[in-house]
Amino acid sequence: MTAPPRSGSRRPPRKPLPGLGVLREIGHLFALAVTVVKLTFRRPFQVREFIEQFWFIASVSILPAMLVTIPFGAVMALQVGSLIEQFGAQSLTGGASVLVMIQQASPLIVSLLISGVAGSAICADLGSRAIREELDAMKVMGVSPVQRLVVPRVLAVVLVALLLNGLVSVVGTLGGYFFTVYMQDGTPGAYVASFSALAQLPDLYISEIKAGIFGFIAGIVAAYRGLNPKGGPKGVGDVVNQSVVFTFLILFFVNTVLTAIYLQLVPSKGM
Amino acid sequence: MGIEVVVEGLTKTFGRQNIWQDLTLTLPPGEVSVMLGPSGTGKTVFLKSLVGLIRPEEGSVLIDGVDMVNSREKDVYEARKLFGLMFQDGALFGSMSLFDNIAFPLREHTRKKESEIRRIVMERIDMVGMLGSEGKLPGEISGGMRKRAGLARALVLDPKIILCDEPDSGLDPVRTSYVSQLLIDLNAQIDATMLIVTHNLDIAATVPDNMGMLFRRSLVTFGPREVLLTSDEPVVEQFLNGRRAGPIGMSEEKDQATIDREALHGIVVGEATERRIVPQLEPTPGLPVRQAALRRRERVLGMLSTLPPAAQRAITASFAAEGQP
Repeated sequence: MTAPPRSGSRRPPRKPLPGLGVLREIGHLFALAVTVVKLTFRRPFQVREFIEQFWFIASVSILPAMLVTIPFGAVMALQVGSLIEQFGAQSLTGGASVLVMIQQASPLIVSLLISGVAGSAICADLGSRAIREELDAMKVMGVSPVQRLVVPRVLAVVLVALLLNGLVSVVGTLGGYFFTVYMQDGTPGAYVASFSALAQLPDLYISEIKAGIFGFIAGIVAAYRGLNPKGGPKGVGDVVNQSVVFTFLILFFVNTVLTAIYLQLVPSKGM
Repeated sequence: MGIEVVVEGLTKTFGRQNIWQDLTLTLPPGEVSVMLGPSGTGKTVFLKSLVGLIRPEEGSVLIDGVDMVNSREKDVYEARKLFGLMFQDGALFGSMSLFDNIAFPLREHTRKKESEIRRIVMERIDMVGMLGSEGKLPGEISGGMRKRAGLARALVLDPKIILCDEPDSGLDPVRTSYVSQLLIDLNAQIDATMLIVTHNLDIAATVPDNMGMLFRRSLVTFGPREVLLTSDEPVVEQFLNGRRAGPIGMSEEKDQATIDREALHGIVVGEATERRIVPQLEPTPGLPVRQAALRRRERVLGMLSTLPPAAQRAITASFAAEGQP
């Protein structure tokens, strides 16, 4: 039982391919996403955890969402209004600002809030459980942390995102209406008429689809970073930070892709 | 009766750092084993490899026909229900009370009624001597209590294999000897296979049936406690005496320069002295006889001739002290 010769047992250092680490991370992320979808349908479903998380996420994100949306709707109404006025097409202000609000602004506001508020909370929660070995303890007791903790959180984020998107759309539209009609002396009739002339139901569908997908991505990224913190409490702070930044990057990219596909697939209503 | 754990050719590497290689040992069913080793020799990694929390690159850990290293995730999760693992600081769920913590495995894995769960949990809480604290949160109790609560949680599903990661760390000597007694009593009551990872000499001297030691990325020895306690390997000698002179340095191994410098200050390996072997702890009077001790006697007598002479003498002496040869 002698110690093995040190130099002999050491393998020649492998030069890592550049970019391999990134690919591996992305692979793990997708693997987690697939696992979450699969485990969603495995019983027992954690109803209690789901409701608690849903309530928590909803309660921390509803008020900020509305407070962000009202000025956002106002800015859009003012900007679009003053721009469109120069073309002499004031009567179309309503349609333009509502379309931008529902298709683009609303899902993005929702996703930013969800990843900033809910994602960071989820990531910090899972991260601190991971460094306290709670997740290991759970695995040793034969309970999968993904099924027990991650699945209810991701589903709660998706559901909150869907509902919040509806709320933000309504609040944004009302804000736009208020600012166009009362601040810019627009005509209420023209606002509503142009709205119904330009907007169509698929605009609402894509808005909700986007919100759902964004919520799912935000939940998965937060959970993935939270499950794998590196080294102690400092590591938890780092992964929370990373999860929010990564989510933003991914969401804006995915939004571009979804918008491009939607505009190709669904013909605009025209006049 | 507990389940046998067969470890073969286990090798683990983190990045380019080899933790240990080619570990081969068998934990006899129902017996108490201790794994010793200086800090940083991968004792905890070994423990986590046994339950499949860490996957070594090579080798196998066979438990009841399931290989914890190479099997599918699903089978590993199923096999883990045989285990109870006591983490270093308890690893309790910070958001749940002690009662809910200890009830967690029951609520996840069984369909027992709440009254039934309450009965089992209170029984375990009583076992580790914590009646009255069940409503507290893990943040509100001391480290020693967290450890004992962690042990109670590990016991609640009647595990066949109990693993303890440094049951003594952060405990005073008195509490440590209470924990030692608790572990032996547990073994007498539920007859589970136990592995304790520690570097506490008191636990090592009084609790186990079998002992092993990890050093320099491999297993120095594993066998009946007398083999290690009488061993004249320099590493074992140094460790059991807690001296500076010997192969173990501050950063695991010493180089020749350190040895020379120490020699200048008079720190040299002295004559090997015959160590006195402290008798093993007995279960508290009133508890059943440890079945494992009886089985172990048969097993050790069978392999007596293959052991080193010093160990043979010690074993014969200890059996003679118990009355019947």
